[in-house]
Amino acid sequence: MKSLRKFMDKIKPHFQEGGKLSKLESVFDGMETFLFTPNTTSRSGVHIHDSNDMKRTMITVVVALLPCLLFAMYNIGFQHFKAIGTDATFWQMFLYGLLAMLPVIVVSYVVGLGIEFIGAQIHHKEIQEGFLVTGILIPLIVPINTPLWMTAVATAFAVIFAKEIFGGTGMNIFNVALITRAFLFFAYPSKMSGDAAFVKLDSALGYGGGNVVDGFSGATPLGEVAINVGDKLTLDTTTMDAFIGLIPGSPGETSMIAILIGAAILLFTGIASWRVMLSVFVGGLAMGALAHGFATPTYPASMLDPVAQLCFGGFAFAAVFMATDPVTGARTKIGQYIYGFLIGVFAILIRVYNGGYPEGAMLAVLLMNAFAPLIDYCVVQVNINRRMKRAKSQ
Amino acid sequence: MALIKLRKGFDLNLQGKITQNEAIGAQKSDSYAVVPDDFTGIIPRMEKKEGETVIAGEPLYHDKNDERIKVTSPVSGTVRQVVRGNRRKIMAVVIEDDGSGASKDFDTRENPKTLLLESGLWTMLRQRPYDIVPNAEIRPRDIFITAFDSAPLAPSLSFVMGEDQQYLKKGVEVLSTMTDGKVYLGCRADDFIDDSGAEVNTFSGPHPAGNAGVQIANVKPVNKGEVVWTLDVVTAARIGKLFETGKVDYSTIVAITGPGIETPCYVEATMGCKLESLLKDRLVTDDKPKRIISGNVLTGVKENIDGYLHAPYRHVTVINEINKKDEFMGWASLSPKKYSIYRVFTSWLLGRHKEVNLDAKLNGGERAIVLSGEYDRMLPMDIYAEFLIKAIIAFDIDKMEQLGIYEVAPEDFALAEFADTSKLELQRIVREGLDKMRAEMC
Repeated sequence: MKSLRKFMDKIKPHFQEGGKLSKLESVFDGMETFLFTPNTTSRSGVHIHDSNDMKRTMITVVVALLPCLLFAMYNIGFQHFKAIGTDATFWQMFLYGLLAMLPVIVVSYVVGLGIEFIGAQIHHKEIQEGFLVTGILIPLIVPINTPLWMTAVATAFAVIFAKEIFGGTGMNIFNVALITRAFLFFAYPSKMSGDAAFVKLDSALGYGGGNVVDGFSGATPLGEVAINVGDKLTLDTTTMDAFIGLIPGSPGETSMIAILIGAAILLFTGIASWRVMLSVFVGGLAMGALAHGFATPTYPASMLDPVAQLCFGGFAFAAVFMATDPVTGARTKIGQYIYGFLIGVFAILIRVYNGGYPEGAMLAVLLMNAFAPLIDYCVVQVNINRRMKRAKSQ
Repeated sequence: MALIKLRKGFDLNLQGKITQNEAIGAQKSDSYAVVPDDFTGIIPRMEKKEGETVIAGEPLYHDKNDERIKVTSPVSGTVRQVVRGNRRKIMAVVIEDDGSGASKDFDTRENPKTLLLESGLWTMLRQRPYDIVPNAEIRPRDIFITAFDSAPLAPSLSFVMGEDQQYLKKGVEVLSTMTDGKVYLGCRADDFIDDSGAEVNTFSGPHPAGNAGVQIANVKPVNKGEVVWTLDVVTAARIGKLFETGKVDYSTIVAITGPGIETPCYVEATMGCKLESLLKDRLVTDDKPKRIISGNVLTGVKENIDGYLHAPYRHVTVINEINKKDEFMGWASLSPKKYSIYRVFTSWLLGRHKEVNLDAKLNGGERAIVLSGEYDRMLPMDIYAEFLIKAIIAFDIDKMEQLGIYEVAPEDFALAEFADTSKLELQRIVREGLDKMRAEMC
């Protein structure tokens, strides 16, 4: 490592002010701090600091997303070979999924980080790490058949208009990954829903591909539910299937098992708020039970039992990875309970009673992102009122 | 008496604890110094010039705004140098010890307040709001004495006080004449001080349970318009001793601790002594540069070996400046040496309460606040710390007041600053907020 350190020291002057490559100062700084933990020591205040920093925090979230990512790769291959009616081994399925997802991941990171680098250079700031997580979330929530250029446009839109204009990581109001998804959803609705969106049928980077077998639908369970007719729900997918995750859907959302592993990592390390996560599930269960109690064929999704509501669609993924984003969520403890609960309620409410959207988790989180500051304001105001009252009673 | 259980906070288990409750004599310090920055809120106006002689207890300078508030010399000798910094700010007043040990006699029949002001012990008190030396015009609502220091490696205050505990009762008696309210004493259950005459509260729980601000917040919080005084039990005993004997006792016991010390120990010394006299032959000899801190690792002041002991004159910690230089991809490290209160490093396998050797590294870059609740879990007060910090940064006076700025001191945020993943300088932010607020209000 010493030679690398020497090399970095040697090229450093070029990137500093006045150097030939001073326009890339932030990029160099980003690379340097990525490679070597800076030797800066504390100047004022405390003399010792916790080892955890933003880089480690973000990497921990990425690690928590890995089970979902790996499962997504396998499942994309699984669905593909099922659709074309070809037998394939585990590794063939995984390879297909890997090749299908790789371009999306690359596009997401290149576009997003590229904009972050430019932003950092304009403001002469250090590069912030927020996009490390966003960049892996995007491929997991964008349907696999979305054209790459759409993903690129949506990512650019989200990073610029949902994050950079607010001041970068830590300042954004809406979850950047979900803004990407919402942008795609509203700008190119035909590509984002329906049966053709979620199962990749053509070849991935030249691998796989074939003719679709008869009777293939490619519908997600919630898609099936939405078009259900009659007062009895007839589904091909059981709750157990959704729990395991070998069903069509957005890449990261299908497997409850993978999501729960991620949740365990986030909660164990203490990075995500258990209050938010728990209350999203409680809210979802409560609303699911309520809807189920008043089940009617007019709204077929109301006939799903509450547990199935949690396992189907993007609910669990949103609860674990989207709602717990500390920047866009409520920051007070009491606020977190309210915030999470309402996300759960709204997700199921939209799913059940809004015929236009078979899934509501994304919109529920975005809606509550907008309300999180208000919730916090009210909670903090209670504290303020208590303090003011105490002062007066003296 | 009430038992108050605090849950929030964290006891950091640093290497370099003192194992023997025994104080050894220090080497002689040839010079002593008073550092004006230790006495926040006082703008010094010199009474003694360079070359003039002083005896212990004689004033060196007074406050520009109130001549009665005096800072006195801890030893008798000659004023060798008035060290000045930028814009002629006085950084330190250095006194050369003449070894005579002469000290000023005070008349104990004097009005208590006048005597406190005269003797310089007044400047050892602090007032909330603003965490400054008290304004002599204002009578405090209550007075809070802390009987323990919960900071990492902090000395036992009962040990530092030693035999002077006999004067504590007198000290409390004197203090109680200065308030219409009560004099409170905050103790640990296992280090209980009875018969002091003060209203005793027992605190259990991790650091910052020993901070005056935390104790006040859990006993009787400070409201807008109210003033309380805070001091430690050693100062209270010192006040008692002054009123009994007519002399100010400037001797103290200093805990020499930290991973950079060969054998951590208690040392008998005098306030403002040279750090070299305390640390000579005690530092660990290796090739790693050391950081000498006068005080504890959370709130202390960085000093050189030829620097001086700062208020509250009872603790010196030495840590390594950097344990490991140029760490390759530290963010991906699996090393159990990376210490964190989060379970994001393998060090949690060894337990969070294992003895650790931390260096002065920042371990990351400054970022916007991202993780929520980080400050709240380190501050056992009914305050939304993060919102208060944001209000201070934005300098929103109304919000600062509403969110409780009058109740806090920078030291209350020290632990949050340690734990902060965004690496913000919280103590500096709070100090600046308090200073600006005071400028606005006065």
